[in-house]
Amino acid sequence: MTRVVATLRIARGRSGEPRRYDVFEVPFVHGQSVLDGLIWIREHRDPSLAFRYACINANVCKECVMRIDGANAYACTERLKVGETTVEPLEGKALIRDLVCNTITPRERLDARRPSECP
Amino acid sequence: MHLETDVLVVGAGGAGMYAALAAAAEGARVLLLDKNMVGRGGATVMAQMTVAAALGEQEPDRWEDHLADTVRAGRELCDEGLAEVVCRGAPERIREMDAWGVGWAREGGHIRQVVAPGHGRARCCYVDFLDTGPAVAGTLRKRVSRASGVRLLSNLQVVDLVVADGAVRGALALSVGDGALVEIAAPSVVIATGGLTKLYARTSASNNMSGEGYALALRAGAELVDMEFVQFFPIGHLAPRLVGMDPIMWDPFRYKLGGRLLNGAREEFIDRYGGEDRGRYTATRDLATYAICQEVERGRGSPSGGAWLSFEHVPEADLRAAFGPVVDRLLANGIDLTRQAVEVAPIAHYHMGGIRVDRRMRSAVEGLLAAGEAVGGASGANRLSGNAVSEALVFGEIAGREAARHALGASRGWDGAVARRAREALAPPTTSADGASAVALLRELRDLLWRDVGPFRTAEGLARALARIREMRVRDLHDVSVPDDRAFALELAEWHELRAALEVAEAVTVAALARRESRGAHQRYDFPEPLPEFRFNQAVRMCAGAIAADRASEVGA
Ligand SMILES: Cc1cc2nc3c(=O)[nH]c(=O)nc-3n(C[C@H](O)[C@H](O)[C@H](O)COP(=O)(O)OP(=O)(O)OC[C@H]3O[C@@H](n4cnc5c(N)ncnc54)[C@H](O)[C@@H]3O)c2cc1C
Ligand code: FES
Repeated sequence: MTRVVATLRIARGRSGEPRRYDVFEVPFVHGQSVLDGLIWIREHRDPSLAFRYACINANVCKECVMRIDGANAYACTERLKVGETTVEPLEGKALIRDLVCNTITPRERLDARRPSECP
Repeated sequence: MHLETDVLVVGAGGAGMYAALAAAAEGARVLLLDKNMVGRGGATVMAQMTVAAALGEQEPDRWEDHLADTVRAGRELCDEGLAEVVCRGAPERIREMDAWGVGWAREGGHIRQVVAPGHGRARCCYVDFLDTGPAVAGTLRKRVSRASGVRLLSNLQVVDLVVADGAVRGALALSVGDGALVEIAAPSVVIATGGLTKLYARTSASNNMSGEGYALALRAGAELVDMEFVQFFPIGHLAPRLVGMDPIMWDPFRYKLGGRLLNGAREEFIDRYGGEDRGRYTATRDLATYAICQEVERGRGSPSGGAWLSFEHVPEADLRAAFGPVVDRLLANGIDLTRQAVEVAPIAHYHMGGIRVDRRMRSAVEGLLAAGEAVGGASGANRLSGNAVSEALVFGEIAGREAARHALGASRGWDGAVARRAREALAPPTTSADGASAVALLRELRDLLWRDVGPFRTAEGLARALARIREMRVRDLHDVSVPDDRAFALELAEWHELRAALEVAEAVTVAALARRESRGAHQRYDFPEPLPEFRFNQAVRMCAGAIAADRASEVGA
């Protein structure tokens, strides 16, 4: 039996570093999401791959937004496909690492400028 | 970094947000934080069904009747004091949420309430369509971000509590974004971290439900109760892959339309186990779970290891009339119910057990409170549907109020020396070991718990699980290599999650091993009947790092 795979070409690196792309093959299961593929990579190939997600199935946390084949999309609703899919961080948001940008609203961030102030 | 507040609320789901609002209303300064994003992270925002409260809007109802149904479902193990707090308090919270604009579905000028399994009245309200959780979470999120006196922080994971002389003094938290360890001084801490169902391979959980709050409380010296009672939902969605929908959504479908449960050979099978089904769905949850697990074990499961659920016999017009918008969402997922069956299986869905508190949500540790699914006891051995969101709102409000009162009168402050020791004791993982990653060990743990501490348990399986969990806790956890990477410290966050998850898994397993009977959600193949001599709750404690279960003392609230 031939193993059907989906290929994910993923942008890596921290802010300020030159971007590189890592290519991973993940098992293709019909209907699975790009997020399922990313989670599989962390569990089985490379735990250092960074991306945001919380709800996995429900598409309610909205944390998993990233660029998939050049368009902004939720990794949990975008389907895996046979062949290559390019996954990159959002543009226009400050990159932290890999697919993670600083998407937390400023007033919910821990900010060194107002360290101990609680209203 | 060092932060100070009066009330620290850990976890920003329904319980945590309500607690923050109530504490601020008492005049306390509040810090509400979440390891994911405030109001978007946990189970609350994912709840798509209903919320139970004896409002008496649809038909006459009383909280006493709600309590009687709740206690009956709990199979003689409910902490009736806590169950009463939920049932008595729910109507006020539901009306308050109504005034805040949550948008409960209405008909004829009143809030519409429907019957859900186990409730003797039309008692469950909801927000259309399948929007209950998002509406509840969104309403609270909006209020909490406007409340004066509340500071919100996202991406902050509490990893340990700071306790001195039997009183909580604050917490240590990992700032996931930059890897910094943050000290938070607070005389009152409310644990509102939700449940533990991520610990099971098959689950409705989001990524942040590893039960970390149970571990925080256990380490701080509080007791956990009823940890063996994990609720498994019998017909959770298994395949084909479905996103954007609650995996427990098939229940109302079956109730309304009658779906046929079939084994791998497409035969009806519930009647082989003493139930009667015939497409009418009258089999109880325990029986359906048992029958599906048995068929799978005997090699007669569906391809993905569950059962088929088929609506192919239901005319499309009936499907559309009952669930129009949902049918469209299913079609968008490539699922046409008129032409294909879906696969379903039991999945972990809710945790009845949790932190042991009195009616004022206070644990045995001074200043440490809990709220929501983090609390154990109100549901005993089995929870009624709709009671979990009510519990989150009611317990949250009480915990916030009590925490504020305690903090404003507290005499004992931050203890720098104790905090320093707590930081040092938090031996950071190594950067150079060659063990498995935290995420790989979590995967293994979830598969292990599913197999050996799942819907059906045996002494042999539980003992095997316990041995491996302890090995992971004392050895493998310390062989995990975590890079010293400050930019989005995901692996460090996962190491802390794994540490907590292993403690919680051990708590569930020791309690399950000791309960040599079957009752409610705890089912043993080797002791298939409920036994009168086990009509008591078990408490789990941690003593010098060792986790043990024994009979809980009577609750005195
Ligand atoms: C898919 C699904 C559907 C459901 N449907 C229903 C329903 O229809 N009706 C019903 O009554 N119940 C339902 N339930 C159960 C109910 O939703 C939950 O019991 C309830 O919402 C729990 O609320 P909570 O505030 O206690 O926890 P949650 O809403 O889970 O919030 C806990 C928060 O704590 C955070 N957290 C965890 N650990 C840490 C840490 N160490 N540091 C900081 N933050 C942390 C998490 O990120 C999360 O945001 C459902 C559950 C699920 C999973
Ligand atoms: S993981 Fe929550 S929206 Fe995608």
